[in-house]
This record gives sequence, C-alpha cells and structure tokens, in this order.
Amino acid sequence: MAIDIDLTQFHEIFYEESLEGLGAMESGLLNLDIGTPDVEVINTVFRAAHSIKGGAGTFGLMDIAQFTHIVETTLDEVRGRKRGVTQELVDLLLESVDALRYMIDCSKAGKAVDQDQIAELADSLGQVERKAPAENIKTPAAVSSGWRVIFKPAPHLLQTGNEPYRLFRELKTLGELMVTADATALPDFDQLDPELCYLSWELLIRGDTSREQISEIFAWVEGDCALEITLQGDRRQFVERRQAEREALPEQAEAREAASIRVNIDKVDGLINLVGELVITQSILNRVTGEITGNKVEDLLAVVEILVRNTRDLQDQAMRIRMLPIDFTFNRLPRLVRDLSRSLGKQVDLVITGNSTEVDKTVLEKISDPLIHLIRNAVDHGIEKPDDRLAAGKPEKGLIEISASQEGGNIIIKIEDDGAGLNQDKILATARERGLVGQEELTPAQINNLIFQPGFSTATEISSVSGRGVGMDVVKRNINDLGGNVELSSVAGKGTRFSIKLPLTLAILDGQLVRVGKETLVIPILNIVESIQPNKIQILEITGETRVYRYRDQYLPVIRLYETFGIPTDIMELQKGLLVVVDTGEQRAALFVDEILGQQQVVIKSLESNYRPVPGLSGATILGDGTVAMIIDITSLTQLYRNTNRKEVA
Amino acid sequence: MSSPVQTIKNLELDEDATSQYLTFLLAGEEYGLDILKVQEIRGWEQPTMLPNALNYVLGVINLRGTVVPIIDLRQRFALEKSQFGQTTVVVIVKVSSADKERTVGIVVDAVSEVYNVNDEQIRPTPDLGGAISMEFVKGLATLGEKMIILLDIDKLINTGVLKEIATH
Repeated sequence: MAIDIDLTQFHEIFYEESLEGLGAMESGLLNLDIGTPDVEVINTVFRAAHSIKGGAGTFGLMDIAQFTHIVETTLDEVRGRKRGVTQELVDLLLESVDALRYMIDCSKAGKAVDQDQIAELADSLGQVERKAPAENIKTPAAVSSGWRVIFKPAPHLLQTGNEPYRLFRELKTLGELMVTADATALPDFDQLDPELCYLSWELLIRGDTSREQISEIFAWVEGDCALEITLQGDRRQFVERRQAEREALPEQAEAREAASIRVNIDKVDGLINLVGELVITQSILNRVTGEITGNKVEDLLAVVEILVRNTRDLQDQAMRIRMLPIDFTFNRLPRLVRDLSRSLGKQVDLVITGNSTEVDKTVLEKISDPLIHLIRNAVDHGIEKPDDRLAAGKPEKGLIEISASQEGGNIIIKIEDDGAGLNQDKILATARERGLVGQEELTPAQINNLIFQPGFSTATEISSVSGRGVGMDVVKRNINDLGGNVELSSVAGKGTRFSIKLPLTLAILDGQLVRVGKETLVIPILNIVESIQPNKIQILEITGETRVYRYRDQYLPVIRLYETFGIPTDIMELQKGLLVVVDTGEQRAALFVDEILGQQQVVIKSLESNYRPVPGLSGATILGDGTVAMIIDITSLTQLYRNTNRKEVA
Repeated sequence: MSSPVQTIKNLELDEDATSQYLTFLLAGEEYGLDILKVQEIRGWEQPTMLPNALNYVLGVINLRGTVVPIIDLRQRFALEKSQFGQTTVVVIVKVSSADKERTVGIVVDAVSEVYNVNDEQIRPTPDLGGAISMEFVKGLATLGEKMIILLDIDKLINTGVLKEIATH
C-alpha cells in the first residue's frame, strides 16, 4: 500500500535549508587555502553537498539530486586524498554552487532549467586534471609575502636535547632565511652556565610557505619557548590576527546554530504587537494607581512598579527577536570581491569584523544593495592595479575592511580601503562641468560630498560594474530612507572610508507630537530643525494664497497641515500657532501646527497592510492612551502640498 | 415543476456543503457574511481620521496593536448617514487580497444571527434594486420565510472599497 504524501509542502523548507547549505559551501570554498587545504573545511563543504543531495532526492527533485551527486563525488575524492585541490577545481566548485542556486530558483519559479549548461559543468568537473594531493599548483607567488618569527627559548631548552640550529636548518628548506640573534640576555663569562640558553632570535623567511609549516618545525619545542609568527608588514599582521580570530569562531557558530528554530515572521510581528499593547495597558495602570489614595495603595504601587520593569524587559526581548546578525548580509561580500577583483585584474583582500552585530531584519534586507554598491566602487575605483600599487610603494594586494559595531541606539558600518582615495581635482572639475557647483571655493569635505549628487560619476569608462553615475546618490537615498546617514573621508593616495550610521530597528522612531485641531500628529525628530513662534514680519505672501516664511536667509514654504490634511481647527492665522521647520536633506519647509506636545519614541505601525499608503504619511502609531496617531512623512507631504497648490493655481 | 437546472443541482447534492453565515441589518435589509471571514464584533469607538479620505472611510482604530480601517457601509452605498453611538456595531472581517489577508472593520446597523445555509438553498439573485450593488452579492438564501442577501465580502472590500479608494 503506497502512502500518497504530497511532497510539495516540504519544498519550501528544502529550498531554505539548501540555500543556507550553499552559502556554507561557498564560504568554505572561498576560505580554502589552496596550498594547504584544511581538512575540516573540505568536510564541511562535503557534508553540505551531501545534505542537499539527500534532501533533493527525498523530495523528488531529481535534477538537483543528480547534479549535486556529481559535486559530492568530486568533494569525496578530495577529502579521500584521491584528488588534489587546485585553483581550477575550486573555481569549478564555486560555479557549481551558482548552478545549484540557479536550479533551485528555477524549481521555485516553476521554470525549466538550461540542461546544456548544467551538463557542460558536470563534464568539466569530471575532466579537471586529477592531480594527486602532493602536486598542488603553486598559487601565483605573492613576492612580498614572508614571515617573521620571534623565537625566545626558555633557558633550559638545551637541556631538553633540542638544538636551535637544527630548527633553523629545517626552516631554511622552506625559503630564504635571514637570522638575527639577540644576545642581550647573555651574562658575563664568569656567570655563564654552559647548559643554559641565553639567546633569542628573529628569523625572516621569504617564500611561499604557510603558518602551519613553520609552526610544525617548532612543534618539538612548543612548551619550552616563546614563539611569535607574524606575516610581514603591519597591515598583514592585522589580517593575520583577524583570520586567527575567525578560525576560533567556528565552534561558537556551530553551537549557536544548533540552538535555533525557524519562525514565521508573522508570528513574531503578532507577538510584538501584543507586547506593545501590554506596554500601553501597563502604563495606563501605572497612571491610574498613581491617583488612588488609601492604605493598601503602597502595596499596589510596589507591585505595579515590578510590572513596569517586567513589561519593559519583555518589550526589549520581543524587539530583539526580529534582530539577526549582520553576517547574513556580509556573507555574500567575499564572493563578490573575489569575482570582481578577478575580472578587473586586481588583487584584493577582504577583512570583515563585527559580523555578529545584530540588526533588525528589515534594516538587514535594505542595507544589502548600498553595501554591495560601495564594495563594488572600492574594488573598481578605489583599489589600484597591482603594478600601480607596487609603484606607489604599497603591497600588491589591496585591502578592504568592513566592520559593524553597535553604538548607543545605532549600528555603525565602516567600509575602508587602502586604495587611491578620491581625486579631489577631478571631482571638482566634473562637478563644475555638470553645473552642479559654481566657481566658489569648496572645502575638501564639501568636494567629497559632491559624489552623492545625482548623475555624478567621474569614471571615464563605463564598465559593466560602475560608471553610469546612478550609484552614489541612490546609495545615500537608500540609507537616508532607513533613517540613517553616510559620511565619507578620504586621503588621496592612501584610501577612502565610508561610515554608515543606521538605527537598530526601523520599527521605532523618535517622534515629536503636535496637535492640529483635535488630532495628534507625529513629526520624526530626525527631520526637525527648529520650532518657532512665527513673527509677522517674516511672513511673505506670494500669489495671494501661498505663504512663505523667512527663516534665517532662506524662504520656506509654509505648509498648513490643517489645510493639506483637511483637519478642522480654530487656529488658522500663523501668529496664533507655531511653525516647525523641517528638513528632508533635500529641501526645507515650515509646518504650521496648533500646539507642540511632548516627544516620545513611537512604534511605527503600517497603514498599508490593512488599508493603503496615504500621501503625506509614513505610517501610524499607537499612543499611550491606546488611540492611533498619524506619522508624517515630510518628503511625501511636500509633494502632496505642491500637488494641491498646483491644482488650485490651475 | 422544478426546472432542469434545479434538478441537476439536486443530483449533485453533497450533504456537507453547508456554510454558516452571520447576518446583519443595513437600511432594513438583511445581509449575510461567511462566518469564517468574520474575526470579531465590536462596539463603536471613535476612529482616528485619515487625511483626505473618501467620506465612507471613517478612519482607523487600534485593534490589539494593529491599525485597522473602519468603513461605513451606509455612506459607501449612498444611504442616509446614521448616528454613531453606544448601539453602533462594527464587524471586523478578514478578507483575502492578492496573496495576503487584510483586516477591515465595517459599520452596520445591527448584527442579527448565525444561520446554517446549505448550498442548495442559495439561488442566483435577480436585481432587486437593493442598496448593495449586485456585483458584490453571491446569491440569495431562503430560510423559511426570510430572505438573506449573501455578500461576497472579499469582492466587496477589495473591488468595492480598496480599489475605489486607490483610483480616487
């Protein structure tokens, strides 16, 4: 009796888990050291392929299962030492990962897969020269690579039967060796004990060796000396240290993975909504108990106090459920850098730190594109070609560092490269040419910020990567839309650094409450410049209807919220109310309100999910008394205002 | 004499085709809503107004942390406005829209009962010239002496309300 189970319901889970597995395979392959491949890494990649094959087979996705089987077989040969790791093989395996992603996407969308492409790839995998493990192709020698070893034996080393000279002789087989002895600890002849070692050495090894090979030589004396092995050059030391730290993390990462479950995001949002309601109820309770008098009230107040604390903690934890490590976005960057640097003929190292910093899921999704763009620019325009770098006295390989950290209620992401930096003269010339700026003098910071103008690009060749001039202004706008900002600093010849500041979560906003008629509205504090009492002298009338207000040296359009939003109110004369000067980054306006209330952090609720987007608003929020208040979106408000005015004039 | 159409319908009778409908009153007529689409029934609370909204969109309320729009069916179908107060009833419905679900509140005169309606009791509706236009009506159900106009609430909210607002 056959059990007829509909397997398609499991496909979703299979897709999700397989894409994760492919991600793990990709990082593993990118981190694989061709010279001395780490067996653990190969095993991880193999296991991921094995799971995908198994899952695909079980759930009836035979195409994927068959192709993955070929990949798995190849990896099995590598880990069984029947096949050596070569650059060509790694490239093919990475292509296979891409192919599998493509096959999974096709399966999801119900599209047919290009079988020829897949067959070709499968053939290539089979045909890659099966070199025995010992015969690894040497990676193109990075001539400037070398190691610096500081060897300080303990005084009793000689008594253990170890002789430093033998160790140095071994080291010599790895490459060019330069030895410098340090005899400062050597005592006077009459105090000298011939059985003790007073010398220490600095050894410089030039050659294509790995750290493992060097430390293996010192394995016998490990406990009896102080040993320090570093890559030459200070940047290199940094890269080394980072890599060592990263190697220490896999165990932690595995442990963390085991203790997690998948949760549908609707459930999480539902939970957060309820917690929000709880907070409001508790705050009303708090207020009401404050008004009671009597003897039992002390006890009641004490309990309410505890409730307030518990609720606040509960809310913090609930908000944190939506947060994910920024690694989810960072993890696609190594591949990007590798492919890009290859195709542009550059050599780039990418170092990522702080990838466990947590960010709200929506911020994570939206920051991805800007980050990718900035990295592309860094590789394309920032890092110079290897020859140019050597000529400038820099190491052949360029370095891009990305870091993420949390500061207060914000997350700071920095992208720093040691490339050519911004060419100020070229930027200024292009800006003048495009009419973006006049003949006036600009500070270096102002010149740098010109690149954020729409339509700006100094790239003389439009490569497939960049040069169309649609990049930086979109990056800036995307970041501003997230409620953050981006700053840049650059030194010609040395490098460039972008610093992005983002709020930890999109769901919360610092808001200024204002009243118009009977309605309470919220203006994002981020956009507020100042609130002022209008002075009759500064009011200017244009075309009889439109009012403009003179603020410092600018003329700001006055947006009467009661008019634009259709709210009945008694206060219609400018002097009787207040003006809130707002700035969107691109333009300024003065909003006319009846009264200014308090400031508070508000949770943004969507108007779109049950209703639709409303021009002039970015969403709604629930106030402390349980009622709904509108949150103003300054950019769309100014648009709305212009449209209404145009209609009237017409 | 039963018409051929009716006979065929009887032959295809599946005993399990009974649905439950919640009925409400609007301007003297009784309308039915598929009970599976009804989330809850609430009393009246003053909604927060939405700027520049159509007259029948009264505003939004806070429903356990979610913002839900409130639609006045009377105004939507050009009936006389009624006074909102203690006796006003708001039916919160969940409708399917594109691939998601939307929660919307509709203001009605009063809520009546829940009836079991067998598919065979539903007849196609001639245009009775009632308040709610025929495109939103699924059919007419005769239960004893009563006649209930069964509404297609998904279509009413999606096409009849939200789409209209978008093209306004």
